[in-house]
Amino acid sequence: MPYRSVVLIKQVPDTHNITGKVMTDEGTIDRGALPAIFNPDDLNALEMALALRDAEGGTVTVLTMGPPAAAAILRESLFRGADEAVLLSDKRFAGADTLATSYALAMAVNKIGAVDLVFAGRQAIDGDTAQVGPQTAEKLGMPQITWAEAILGIGGRKITVRRAIDRGTETVECALPCLLTVVGSANAPRPASVRRRIEYKLAATSMEYKALLAKWPEFGDEAALDAWLGERKLRIPVWSAADIGAESERLGLAGSPTQVYKVNFVVLEGTESKDVPPTREGIASLVDELVREYIVG
Amino acid sequence: MSDNRNVWVFVEQDEGTIADVSLELLGKGRELADRLGSELHAILCGSKVEGLAKALIAQGADLVMLADDAELEHYRTLPYARVVTKLVEERKPYIVLFGATASGRDLAPRVASALRTGLTADCTDLQIGDYESRKEAKVYKDLLLQIRPAFGGNLIATIVNPKGRPQMASVREGVMKKSAPDTGRRGKVERVSPRFEASDFALKVISREKRESTVRLKESAVVVAGGAGVAGPAELDLLRELAQVLAGELGASRAAVDAGLVHHDHQVGQTGVTVRPRLYVAAGISGAIQHRAGMDESNKIIAINTDPNAPIFQIADYRIVGDLAEVVPMLVEALRDKAK
Repeated sequence: MPYRSVVLIKQVPDTHNITGKVMTDEGTIDRGALPAIFNPDDLNALEMALALRDAEGGTVTVLTMGPPAAAAILRESLFRGADEAVLLSDKRFAGADTLATSYALAMAVNKIGAVDLVFAGRQAIDGDTAQVGPQTAEKLGMPQITWAEAILGIGGRKITVRRAIDRGTETVECALPCLLTVVGSANAPRPASVRRRIEYKLAATSMEYKALLAKWPEFGDEAALDAWLGERKLRIPVWSAADIGAESERLGLAGSPTQVYKVNFVVLEGTESKDVPPTREGIASLVDELVREYIVG
Repeated sequence: MSDNRNVWVFVEQDEGTIADVSLELLGKGRELADRLGSELHAILCGSKVEGLAKALIAQGADLVMLADDAELEHYRTLPYARVVTKLVEERKPYIVLFGATASGRDLAPRVASALRTGLTADCTDLQIGDYESRKEAKVYKDLLLQIRPAFGGNLIATIVNPKGRPQMASVREGVMKKSAPDTGRRGKVERVSPRFEASDFALKVISREKRESTVRLKESAVVVAGGAGVAGPAELDLLRELAQVLAGELGASRAAVDAGLVHHDHQVGQTGVTVRPRLYVAAGISGAIQHRAGMDESNKIIAINTDPNAPIFQIADYRIVGDLAEVVPMLVEALRDKAK
């Protein structure tokens, strides 16, 4: 039977190259200053939702909270098979910790309404907290199945899932609606389809209209472009704090109990160390020293 | 907000065995409570687990809150969250600590969300200290300073929760050192009766498949670890061989685990295991801080890397700039020669 699924996804900065230039005065990160990617575990969450829809019918809506540029991962999701996409974007969401983030996401899921399943990646590579999934479930009043590896069965209002636990796995049966967080080993995410890539190439949020018009002036003005996209179901809705009925004091920095007190760049203490040449003689004398000092042997 | 500044530790047990990380946290919790001049309390949930309370007192708890109920025999999010949330709401502790196990990372955010308070995951250090908010022109005294690597390990962040209570944090196994038990310590055990709601049982555990890990990273005196520089299974076999010659265990950085070369059981670092072996060999590991957080207290570190500027070299006792595919076999050979 068909199920209505929502997948929570996140655009994350590629954390490999970071300098002081990307830090704000509050100690938070200026995400705009870094290359952004689709959070890896979220692709597994999307795949699990798409595979379920392909087998059972229903719809998959992807939802992300982020700056206007986060529309890129919504489009990527459409290319891979998602039915709908929603961008949650408002200055009032900025600086949110996991509590404020989960509140906004839960309000948006409620606005989507009549949701049977919510999927999220296990954790995002920028924070590695794995907190937003469970916290969103709590806010929605749904049970949670964390570290999901596979859906073993679904029927009526019950789902059976295999999940990872420490040193093993567990099979659980849960009433719907519920929220799953999906581990990276769960599946191999399908690539974007060429047909869908062409079909959804122009899918856009209203925040991107200016840039689109600069590239394709033949659309005329924003109203004409909006109408054109609307007719073709290429309009990605943008929801603000007001649209989801959120209380301001529970959003963004104001709604975040945790604060970054200080951030230190890692200064490595210079240990007294020896260079060992990568030669037979060098290695042999290293081994001699290790044996002499009772480190080995 | 009440004035008590008690520190709580959620104690995880599975089939009557207390998780190591819970015992480690009691040691840290004791230290924080002493610093605050307050008490350390443990929450113990399970079925027929009263016998475990003594060990928690020996590890530093002043009070063990015992929630003993057949419904709590195995960990499940909602019944456990019900117990912990209710206790916190009633007694208002200052700090609550969780082990960052699969269950702890499932439970802590659920509870923090219900309490609308802050939670910091995978801390590598916890301290008590003051926080001066410039924006509010106000000093918050004696907060829990929650220290963790952030942002791909390029930074160490100190997180505070000035107003939310309790202040909550999770810590990975092995990060804190377990203190020696004091069997003469006195403490109280108090039974608390959980009251569940029907909705707490929306999820049923059908079966559990335990896979006993044969990896003994934490106990091993020697760890030979590979990272992104390990080109494939053949090079990994070289590291296995070296580990075998040294009677050590194979470790890995997250890069090697993510690349599918080794199982997560082998992962050393902030989101893996913390080790303090006599000898740590880091082969093809650049040395991101999350990895270093899990091994920088090793007695001796040998680093092998083709990049002379790799950060791992800055904490290494022995630096070998070279290809691990050449260096590791030389090490194996030299060790075998020595053993003859």
